[in-house]
Amino acid sequence: VAVTNPEKVGLCPRLCSQTSLAMFRSKVFSVRRRYSDFLGLYEKLSVKQSLHGCIVPPPPEKSVVGMTKVKVGMDDPSSVEFVERRRAALERYLQRVVSHPSLLQDPDVREFLEREELPRAVSTQALSGAGFLKMINKASDAVNKMTIKMNESDTWFEDKFQEVENEEQQLRKLQAVVDSLVNHRKELCGSTALFAKSMAMLGNSEDNTALSRALSQLAEVEEKMEQLHQEQAASDFFIFAELLADYIRLLAAMRGCFDQRVRAWQRWQEAQSTLQKKREAEAKLLWANKPDKLQQAKDEITEWEARVTQYERDFDRIGMTVRKEVLRFEKEKAKDFRSQLVKYLDAMLQSKQRLVKFWEAFLPEAKAIA
Amino acid sequence: MRSCYGLICGCGALWDVVSALPLQPRAVNVDLQTDATLQVDISDALSERDKVKFTVHTKSTLPNFKQNEFSVVRQHEEFIWLHDSFVENEEYAGYIIPPAPPRPDFDASREKLQKLGEGEGSMTKEEFTKMKQELEAEYLAIFKKTVAMHEVFLCRVAAHPVLRKDLNFHVFLEYNQDLSVRGKNKKEKLEDFFKNVVKSADGVLVAGVKDVDDFFEHEKTFLLEYHNRVKDASAKSDRMIRSHKNAADDINRIASSLYTLGTQDSTDLCKFFLKVSELFEKTRKIESRVAADEDLKLADLLKYYLRESQAAKDLLYRRSRALVDYENANKALDKARAKNRDVLQAETSQQLCCHKFEKISESAKQELIDFKTRRVAAFRKNLVELAELELKHAKVTMT
Repeated sequence: VAVTNPEKVGLCPRLCSQTSLAMFRSKVFSVRRRYSDFLGLYEKLSVKQSLHGCIVPPPPEKSVVGMTKVKVGMDDPSSVEFVERRRAALERYLQRVVSHPSLLQDPDVREFLEREELPRAVSTQALSGAGFLKMINKASDAVNKMTIKMNESDTWFEDKFQEVENEEQQLRKLQAVVDSLVNHRKELCGSTALFAKSMAMLGNSEDNTALSRALSQLAEVEEKMEQLHQEQAASDFFIFAELLADYIRLLAAMRGCFDQRVRAWQRWQEAQSTLQKKREAEAKLLWANKPDKLQQAKDEITEWEARVTQYERDFDRIGMTVRKEVLRFEKEKAKDFRSQLVKYLDAMLQSKQRLVKFWEAFLPEAKAIA
Repeated sequence: MRSCYGLICGCGALWDVVSALPLQPRAVNVDLQTDATLQVDISDALSERDKVKFTVHTKSTLPNFKQNEFSVVRQHEEFIWLHDSFVENEEYAGYIIPPAPPRPDFDASREKLQKLGEGEGSMTKEEFTKMKQELEAEYLAIFKKTVAMHEVFLCRVAAHPVLRKDLNFHVFLEYNQDLSVRGKNKKEKLEDFFKNVVKSADGVLVAGVKDVDDFFEHEKTFLLEYHNRVKDASAKSDRMIRSHKNAADDINRIASSLYTLGTQDSTDLCKFFLKVSELFEKTRKIESRVAADEDLKLADLLKYYLRESQAAKDLLYRRSRALVDYENANKALDKARAKNRDVLQAETSQQLCCHKFEKISESAKQELIDFKTRRVAAFRKNLVELAELELKHAKVTMT
């Protein structure tokens, strides 16, 4: 399965995507999608798939401030950054969706990738991706509080859940630090630029010509360093910070899966208790000797028996899917983290190499000061 | 406080390291003619709660001293006293007085240590030891810097052909007991403040007087501009280095976070995390060393020349002042001659002023030329070292 490649066209969030897949009608095709389309896709998928215990990757969050800036047409660097960030995040989102074997089979996904014009997903206006997640979480919390606490027969799930929570916490901490690093690097950029200018002025007023030249050279080197710092900050951000943010969201989605399983269990238990009540009602009717109501009671009992078996099977199935999903997720995560961190370290290495070149060029100038 | 104590005790151990290093005048200035007749250095330094004690070690073949080699213990205030005695001495009006070393300032470090002590509960043991080590390293760096600054001051005095003969200087070097120079009390500080205000106002007036001598006129404009630009550059370099240090701190925290993540489990991913954490740790060490080196070679250089150019400006000011006095004396003489009263008095005072002015002009010329040579040499040395260090560190990072 190959890669989708969003590009930005114009100021509105229209995106082109290009796919080349075997099962699709043509080899390479592209469609234009709006951000709300992505959200719509996510909603459809989560409604359907999460019932089965699949982990549905969440899309990047809606950002009112960012989008208004872009729409208004302000051309400052922060809005450019925002668009780039949005693009990269959407690309990653789609790649995750497409690399999930069962999600790929989903007709909605196919439609999303293939159809020329999608009906405008109106419901996403009110519900953003993040809002939706929050709703799920809140609902599940409420449900948990209301109904019976699940007694976990399978310790695997309990352990995993604990692990997931721990990991999410750790990642959040790490994310905070990386954010701080990005900020400080941006600061370093700014102050290096100011310093370079100041050095240039100093070089101007120095009357010894060799020293003056050397100082101007130093100013130039510092300007180049500023460039390096800026690139490093971008790499910090786009590679490292975004990776962490994605995984924090994915871990939250995973927790959602676990919750789904718990809910399935609860449904099963409730069905069982209803069955029990029906049986008691039947017993009472037998005792009270009302034959007409008895038939109805017997019908209800069979119905509920069927339901109980159904729910039990559902629960088991969800359990299995969740297990599979978790394992798959962990493999993906290991791969992802590894490749991204390697990319990040490569970028650092490259910038160091360029730093060496700059200073090597400066050294003879410094030595030439008489 | 418990933790401060610990640092000072710790500093006792650290300071052994400091004393083991061959403390040469390695700092900003270079090309000081260190000849055997008079060699001064700071062989030792001890940091106590709120003061630093320097051991000034002198080696001399001059007859004025009782022995050939001796040491005394001096505190910062005594350095300041020596500097001020030079400034106030009329005889030295024609020389650039080496700028006084800045007060040893461990406040920022102490604050950080306090914060660390308070936050001890909220971080893991490894993080705590790491941060403590870092703080100790920072403390040591500041300590070394202040020792270097004081030493440079003494070496400059010793290298100056006239100042080295000063009696106060000899007393400073030799007198075994405490010089009991109390720091200036409030009244004296206030007097100083007013003196400075008058001086700067005066300086503006005097600066307006165009100089007859082209050399001095050129020097005046040059110095004014240079001084301002050095001030600016010094401030900006400080900010840059601080940002650099902050970034290095962040990398440190990232390294510890990754380490915690890595120790959660023993999967491949966790082993990878541990490796990456190590790498970040190494990067951080190097980045902080880079920042420290930039600080030493660049920021300190700029700060030192800020002070030196101020001293040179002071010299020019004194000369202009003498010129104005001379011109006033001339006018007074003319008036006296016209009225034919107190002519002799006016003549003597005019002679004095003329003499003073000429003496100052002569020595000032030489001083300023020396200043230029020294400055160029110092910049060269430091810039070369800076470039070499940056290269060295970058190459180490790449391996």
